[in-house]
Amino acid sequence: METGIELRGLKKTYRSPGGPVEAVRGVDVAVRPGETVALLGPNGAGKTTTVDMLLGLQQPDEGSVSVFGGPPEDAVRAGRIGAMLQAGGVLRDLTVRELVSMMAALFPAPLETDHTLALAKLDGLADRRTEKLSGGETQRLRFAVALVSDPDLLVLDEPTVGMDVESRRAFWSTIHDLSQTGKTFLFATHYLEEADAYADRAVLMARGRVVADGPTTEIKAIVGTRTIRATLPDAPLEALEQLPGVTRAERRGEAIVLASADSDASLRRLLERYPEARDIEVRGAGLEEAFLQLTGDEEEVAA
Amino acid sequence: MNASAYGRYELLRTFRNRRLYIFSFGFPVVLYYAIAGPNRHLHNFSHTGIAATVYFMVGLAGFGGMNAVLGSGARISAERAVGWNRQLRLTPLSTRTYFRVKVLTAYAMALVTIGLLYVAGATLGVHLRSGDWLEMTALMLVALLPFAAIGILLGHQLTPDSIGPAIGGTTAVFALLGGIWFPITSGVMHKIAEALPSYWLVQASRVGLGGHGWGRTGWLVVIAWTAGATILARRAYARDTQRV
Repeated sequence: METGIELRGLKKTYRSPGGPVEAVRGVDVAVRPGETVALLGPNGAGKTTTVDMLLGLQQPDEGSVSVFGGPPEDAVRAGRIGAMLQAGGVLRDLTVRELVSMMAALFPAPLETDHTLALAKLDGLADRRTEKLSGGETQRLRFAVALVSDPDLLVLDEPTVGMDVESRRAFWSTIHDLSQTGKTFLFATHYLEEADAYADRAVLMARGRVVADGPTTEIKAIVGTRTIRATLPDAPLEALEQLPGVTRAERRGEAIVLASADSDASLRRLLERYPEARDIEVRGAGLEEAFLQLTGDEEEVAA
Repeated sequence: MNASAYGRYELLRTFRNRRLYIFSFGFPVVLYYAIAGPNRHLHNFSHTGIAATVYFMVGLAGFGGMNAVLGSGARISAERAVGWNRQLRLTPLSTRTYFRVKVLTAYAMALVTIGLLYVAGATLGVHLRSGDWLEMTALMLVALLPFAAIGILLGHQLTPDSIGPAIGGTTAVFALLGGIWFPITSGVMHKIAEALPSYWLVQASRVGLGGHGWGRTGWLVVIAWTAGATILARRAYARDTQRV
């Protein structure tokens, strides 16, 4: 079987005015051909830097990248990689059709322009000037550009930013259809729902490392943590940690903060034992907080 | 890969940007009439042996040409700002083809400016043999090569908000020191001018005398600037894969 993507021991440090920033601190990921994998993580997790190295736009300080058995540059030259880079725009002073045709001219075996436009749901906008497109339409055009080379691997960095709900759904249904044709997809996102709904597998990144890698159901269980906060001055933390579902307990002055994988069960037992608990808040931990729990050391995050 | 189709769209895109027309095409012509018009009876302008109308026609064609080819820097800078430079890296487009298309597009703009100045020159009575027109144009196009490379260089190093002043400043300095506004014929200034490609851009007008074009110094200076600027531009392009 042909090899897909292999990232081994990737590391990348940037210089910045505040000193070196370790954007990626050891990433190992393998993607099989035909898989749809989500690279999931909060902002600043190193997703985009990892994607850049995967595409050959940046050279890793350490580690290696292999795409279809060779360096990414070879796959790019063969037109086998299509990408939607993060937060980009498009060239102005051309129509949608002209821009896609222009990019098609650069590849050895591109798709028909009209077919590409249809796949990206741009048929009605073919003659519109690119600078007149809305944010969501621009994203679709960028998707068309990524698609026009008929690549085997599509890399999408936060592809649905700027799309409304309807466009998002249409976009993902196109991705789903294309993934049935054997194409490999890797998309970076900070939406757990997107990873859950559309990927076979999710790779969870936080602060430059892979903290979990598995089927999305597993990942969801890991990051599906909720936080319970209550004013409860006298309860010992050791006892609170024994409550069902609780993975961590902390004291903040008069208040306690519990991280729980099953907040319903934790809360029932908490109130049973400590009826005096008041000011209770239950919050779904965002990805960011969930990652903090997975990785522990919080002080580094603040930096 | 179909480089000519790619180039055609690049050209189409450039000429659709009407906002550029006034400065790239209109401004040099207006300046020409303003400067050369009152001096059109001077047949030996500032002891150069060249008529003022010819001197300024070539000078302003050179000025407009410089602006036009440096203008590719402004387009590149804008393309980088929307991430298009990085998108192009994900295609089989080679550095060589990228440079060629950028230079050819820039030259298309420059040729329009030069052509407009020739027409303006003719209205002020400039007469040259057809061979002279061609030779003069050829020399100017060669002298514009370093500026085309400088345009690409600046485009890959500057952001859209700083590229405008950088191009304006570059044009102004090269125009002034190269003798576009007034002839530089002696002294230290002449030594400096001789080392600049913009000087040789204006010197193309000497062809209008039926004389020789540049001589060895001219060719060496233009070739050296072209080589230097091209090396720097290629290096800037090669390094420019980061997000901006």
